[in-house]
Amino acid sequence: MAVLVKIPTQLRAVVGGAAEASAEGTTVAEVLDSLYATHGELRERISDGNGLRRFVNVYLSGEDIRFLDGLQTPVPDGAELTILPAVAGG
Amino acid sequence: MPADALQCKECQTQYPLEARYVCERCFGPLEVAYTPLDAGPEELRRRIQAGSLTLWRYADFLPVRGVGYPLPVGFSPLVRADRLARRLGLREVWVKNETANPTHSFKDRVVSVAVARALELGFDTLACASTGNLANAIAAHAAAVGLPSYVFVPGDLEPEKILATGAYGTNVVGVRGNYDDVNRLCTQVSGEHESWAFANINLRPYYAEGSKTLAFEIAEQLGWAAPDRVVGPVASGSMFTKVARGFEEFAAAGLIADGAPTFNGAQAEGCSPVAQAYAAGRDWCQPVKPDTIAKSLAIGNPADGPYALDLARRTGGGIDAVGDDEIRAGVRLLAETTGIFTETAGGVTTATLAKLAERGDVDPGERVVLLITGDGLKTLDTVRGTFEVADIAPTVDAFDAAFAPEEVAA
Repeated sequence: MAVLVKIPTQLRAVVGGAAEASAEGTTVAEVLDSLYATHGELRERISDGNGLRRFVNVYLSGEDIRFLDGLQTPVPDGAELTILPAVAGG
Repeated sequence: MPADALQCKECQTQYPLEARYVCERCFGPLEVAYTPLDAGPEELRRRIQAGSLTLWRYADFLPVRGVGYPLPVGFSPLVRADRLARRLGLREVWVKNETANPTHSFKDRVVSVAVARALELGFDTLACASTGNLANAIAAHAAAVGLPSYVFVPGDLEPEKILATGAYGTNVVGVRGNYDDVNRLCTQVSGEHESWAFANINLRPYYAEGSKTLAFEIAEQLGWAAPDRVVGPVASGSMFTKVARGFEEFAAAGLIADGAPTFNGAQAEGCSPVAQAYAAGRDWCQPVKPDTIAKSLAIGNPADGPYALDLARRTGGGIDAVGDDEIRAGVRLLAETTGIFTETAGGVTTATLAKLAERGDVDPGERVVLLITGDGLKTLDTVRGTFEVADIAPTVDAFDAAFAPEEVAA
């Protein structure tokens, strides 16, 4: 199933400069794996081997996946994933 | 200290001193790295004391010097609060009164450093994601330096904070969502507007440095000494950890004796991801959906949470959470014992000190500093309905009838 993934400026270089990438999968983990398969360098940037690095936030249609089911969160067809760095300060 | 580079806090990769905030290798946060100072403590102290009574007197420890910066900020009063100490059974409590800054919160410090750096880097617009106080400060500082500004805030913010921000002629952007939604939106907007300086996003490494000046001032105001304990609010954890860094840098420069204070963080129960992680023994924070009257601390996804946890643990302190009623009582306690009216965040901090004192966590001989970071005029609803206003005719009899003790009236 096709999923649109929004890429933050800091990661665009490793996906060929694009602001968006198309990926496949039925869970967040599968979608990211499909991205890693085409853009190998992305994995080491945002994954620590077991899961996402602690300063990486992933949102499914605007909701932080840590409020859902984390990497196992189901991703409906046509959904949008957004990868963003965590930022402090208020 | 001459700023050297931006350095990743996680993997130590270095970057030039530009407007960037995240490590491209590991996504860790960047902070300013300095070359060691070439002056001894006597020389440094002379330089500080020759400076203006603003945070720029500590320019040797900041990434910008702030020459000609138009809105003076800092050197807020450190008030000895003996009546508060007595109420809590403690010997020595001091209040760092940040309501005295131009926009009545500590955010004027971080914004000063961020805006001074934004001017050096040639940005044409200032912006921020804010829970209120930062929006206030950005709007005012943008007006002072003559740049347009956009401040993004949760739409349900206290009206006082929105009114006091709009007064400066900024663009107030109310976002339907909580602070974490605002922050996410701004991170995306920041990526698309290269000429915009978002104080707490792309300028964040510089912005965060401003909080160190709280520690510098406290040390100088205590006669070049660190206190035994600091109790301060924790939202994202940035200020909390940078205050500690300030004491460490002063100690490394020989300006104060070694030995970091004990750090106690204060959160509201309705938004306590860091306190929950502390209680559970975790070194990471599970984000929460905020629901608290302490809106300026309502960050459910605290990016510096892991560092705040580490600081509390390694200094023998802790992170506590207090409920909304305790927060209101904290606002009241501080007001009626010190004459300082704080916003809800200060209520959180005061209530946390009261909790620590009651629990016996504070040795009665300790010198404690309470960080009161914002003004009560910003969250007036907290005190609405907590007292009565007498309504009398303009006669002495009416006043006596309402207030004079019976035996006097008789």
